[in-house]
Amino acid sequence: MEWETVIGLEVHVQLLTKSKLFSAAAAQYGAEPNTQACAVDLALPGVLPVMNREAARMATKLGLAIGATVSPRSVFARKNYFYPDLPKGYQISQYELPVVQKGTLRIEVDGKEKIVGVTRAHLEEDAGKSLHEDFHGLTGIDLNRAGTPLLEIVSEPDMRSAKEAVAYLKKLHSLVTYLEICDGNMQEGSFRCDANVSVRPKGQKEFGTRAEIKNVNSFRFVEKAIDFEVERQIELLEGGGKVVQETRLYDSVKNETRSMRGKEEAHDYRYFPDPDLLPLVIEASFIEETRKTLPELPDAKAERFKQQYKLSAYDAGVLTATRAMADYYEQVVRDSGADPKIAANWVAVELSGLLNSENKEISASPVTAVLMAGLLQRLADNTISGKIAKDVLAAMWAGEGDADAVIAKKGLKQITDSGAIEKAVDEVIANNPKQLEQYRAGKEALFGFFVGAVMKATQSKANPAQVNELLKKKLAP
Amino acid sequence: MFDKTVAELSAALKAKKVSSVELAQGFLDRISKYRDLNAFISLDPERTLAQAKVADERLAKGQASPLTGIPIAQKDIFCADGWLTTCGSKMLSNFVAPYDATIVERFNTAGAVCLGKTNMDEFAMGSSNETSFYGLVKNPWDTQAVPGGSSGGSAAAVAARLAPAATGTDTGGSIRQPAALTGITGIKPSYGRVSRYGMIAFASSLDQGGPMTRTAEDAALLLNTMCGFDPRDSTSVDQPVPDFTASLNNSIKGLRIGLPKEYLGAGLSADVAKVVEAAIAEYKKLGAEVVEVSLPNSQLAIPCYYVLAPAEASSNLARFDGVRYGYRAPEYKDLSDMYCKTRAQGFGAEVKRRILIGTYVLSAGYYDAYYLQAQRLRRLITDDFNRAFEKCDVIMGPTTPTTAFNLGAKTDDPVAMYLSDIYTISVNLAGLPGMSIPAGFGADQRPVGLQLIGKYFDEARLLNAAHQYQQATDWHKQAPKGFV
Repeated sequence: MEWETVIGLEVHVQLLTKSKLFSAAAAQYGAEPNTQACAVDLALPGVLPVMNREAARMATKLGLAIGATVSPRSVFARKNYFYPDLPKGYQISQYELPVVQKGTLRIEVDGKEKIVGVTRAHLEEDAGKSLHEDFHGLTGIDLNRAGTPLLEIVSEPDMRSAKEAVAYLKKLHSLVTYLEICDGNMQEGSFRCDANVSVRPKGQKEFGTRAEIKNVNSFRFVEKAIDFEVERQIELLEGGGKVVQETRLYDSVKNETRSMRGKEEAHDYRYFPDPDLLPLVIEASFIEETRKTLPELPDAKAERFKQQYKLSAYDAGVLTATRAMADYYEQVVRDSGADPKIAANWVAVELSGLLNSENKEISASPVTAVLMAGLLQRLADNTISGKIAKDVLAAMWAGEGDADAVIAKKGLKQITDSGAIEKAVDEVIANNPKQLEQYRAGKEALFGFFVGAVMKATQSKANPAQVNELLKKKLAP
Repeated sequence: MFDKTVAELSAALKAKKVSSVELAQGFLDRISKYRDLNAFISLDPERTLAQAKVADERLAKGQASPLTGIPIAQKDIFCADGWLTTCGSKMLSNFVAPYDATIVERFNTAGAVCLGKTNMDEFAMGSSNETSFYGLVKNPWDTQAVPGGSSGGSAAAVAARLAPAATGTDTGGSIRQPAALTGITGIKPSYGRVSRYGMIAFASSLDQGGPMTRTAEDAALLLNTMCGFDPRDSTSVDQPVPDFTASLNNSIKGLRIGLPKEYLGAGLSADVAKVVEAAIAEYKKLGAEVVEVSLPNSQLAIPCYYVLAPAEASSNLARFDGVRYGYRAPEYKDLSDMYCKTRAQGFGAEVKRRILIGTYVLSAGYYDAYYLQAQRLRRLITDDFNRAFEKCDVIMGPTTPTTAFNLGAKTDDPVAMYLSDIYTISVNLAGLPGMSIPAGFGADQRPVGLQLIGKYFDEARLLNAAHQYQQATDWHKQAPKGFV
């Protein structure tokens, strides 16, 4: 039987607000445990939440970017459950009336375009962290993350392969970083994904029973986890079994998904509107004001790159994948004055290769756009060849200074034009007839004198090997 | 001095007839003398006297506000920095608040002196002050009787002249009912008038703090300090706060008093009805007009309240889990066991009952039938009031159906206990201001309260009407025997 995969994704995007969603405590990552948790985050008796307006602005930005409806009125609800890192015993989230409803995201897989529906996006607060190591059988609680604002973005079950799921995630990742509402750091959990996966016989209308896969924290793992899960479900069904609705955890070490809890163990969260908070009202003027602050978005930017820099669709796609990459590229073009196509190759291929090899973000590249522009200038003015430029780039990557410094230090700035070198050699020979006579008489030690004179005449720019070769030929009797 | 009102004490302090330290010490001595009433959960004389000393310095410099140097008892539901803040529960029996509630901060800024923390029903759940982990409170008028609840300690303290004034909170009548049963004045302002920040939540959409005093004038003085927008409370209302004392002496000629027929029918005891009738007659003498109004959905208030308040409470009280502060069971085998034992041991029976009700009505499959249905009732009840106020300026009636009942009389019958709030609960559901003032005595010589209900943010009119009544009568000047 032929099977069709159906995937829907839930992405938790940590918003880049300075303070938390409902308290004034800082929302930075990586502080000492419990140093960024105020009375409200600790859920002391009597404290109350106050909504962070900046989070509403960020949610509005996303809503506008995906062509969604930004709800004029959305409601915060309490999701009730007990857990030590959930200080209030409930999470403030949005349930029936989310802040963003019904948007779309355009993805491209193998050259084919597809529109994926976004059901909703809602604001909620994050929980703290339970630390199970280093406490001698006890559990430590760090509430720094408690109350950090999240935007949960829920897709329609529109994706039909792991590749499409990854394309959707990459597109969403690109979007939220473009919008500067999330730093996109997947290792630190700023961009987390849960995948709902099911399979059905091709042609069947009804969805199969789905499993929700949690804890997939890289694009690569998403693809692997979904592929594993699809295989598992197909094997199960073909063996006469049934898929049960459950939550499964992805183990990236073993590359498998494991059952975490079944439907019968699912919580009854007893959602109800939070009486401590008024409905979130977003006025049309606020939406318009926010619209004006939207940056150029990835699709528009890629189109512009194709037009303005005459790039291929592929290069334009790579160079606009992140806003940092696009900004880097444009600065390199501007500062170097180099051919945009050549610049595209150096950024999208050479630099990207180095970044990938060390798993670095472009923002952490030791070769800044200014440095890259300097290199391309030397390439453009023929100071160095493309081959040598790669060496210079490697040296710059290793922190040896800008292109000129590296070229000078390594003597890479050459005169390779044999005509120019020959001219200098001829002049030196013509100007030193006495030495020429002695050399030809057998005083071969004078060879070094001629080399030195030629190098001096060319300010050491001549390639010594070429100089040697030419001198030997011309000095020969 | 202890029989004087806040207004009188304020004048005496300014005239240097007494110092704040003398006042504080005097009241502390009385609290100690009448400790059998069990009106207070915690006292901290050192802290109290230090605050009084600072107040005296401020008075000496002539920088006093009307409340500077006035000792005020705080209901133990308000967090006060450095004070044990228990909410009447074993669960918080070791909790020293590390911050001030907004109203505590406001009293501190005004120079008032915190006299101590008063007893209350556990987490404000009760109508008799019998659910407190710290023991029951006795009614100074008759020590066999309950003082009402949940602000029973504050009510008893003010009635027995152990404090010139106290704070209370009112979720379904917890200021007005004990005020009525102890013969004092208490007002629950409109929802949103007084910040809830630092006030331990019972039912967030209904809770409101307010003053418990001997006179309407004192209530106005305290409200002037307590009311006002607070950016830390999202439900706080950004409405201008008038000087509530400014309109106290306005004439009430032509004031339209609405009498809801549903409040004067079956269930109301005859002696209370008589007192209410006499009070209305007095108002007529003062020039008020009386119109009959109807609140047809009144009988729905109690079932509606006992769905919504427990629903909110079940969630509000989830934070008391033994993880970060408060009581934790000494022995447990795992996390789930720690939660169960901590909450089983830390909460009393009434609190557990309400958590169970609240959890039930919010559960999947029951939510629509209970919680949503109750929200619809709440709108009907609110609409009743809005219609009634088209015909009148103030609604009046009894605060409670009977005078104070005996200690232990209703502890085994929760529904009978809940019914003692039948006239007060709907005011919280509608978010309106409500007040109780002493208006006489029942056949058992226990006090009877007259309830005044106002339009939204119309506290000034309630206080004006109450003050005019108190100028013409002396029920509010009566003191329980043995305490003066």
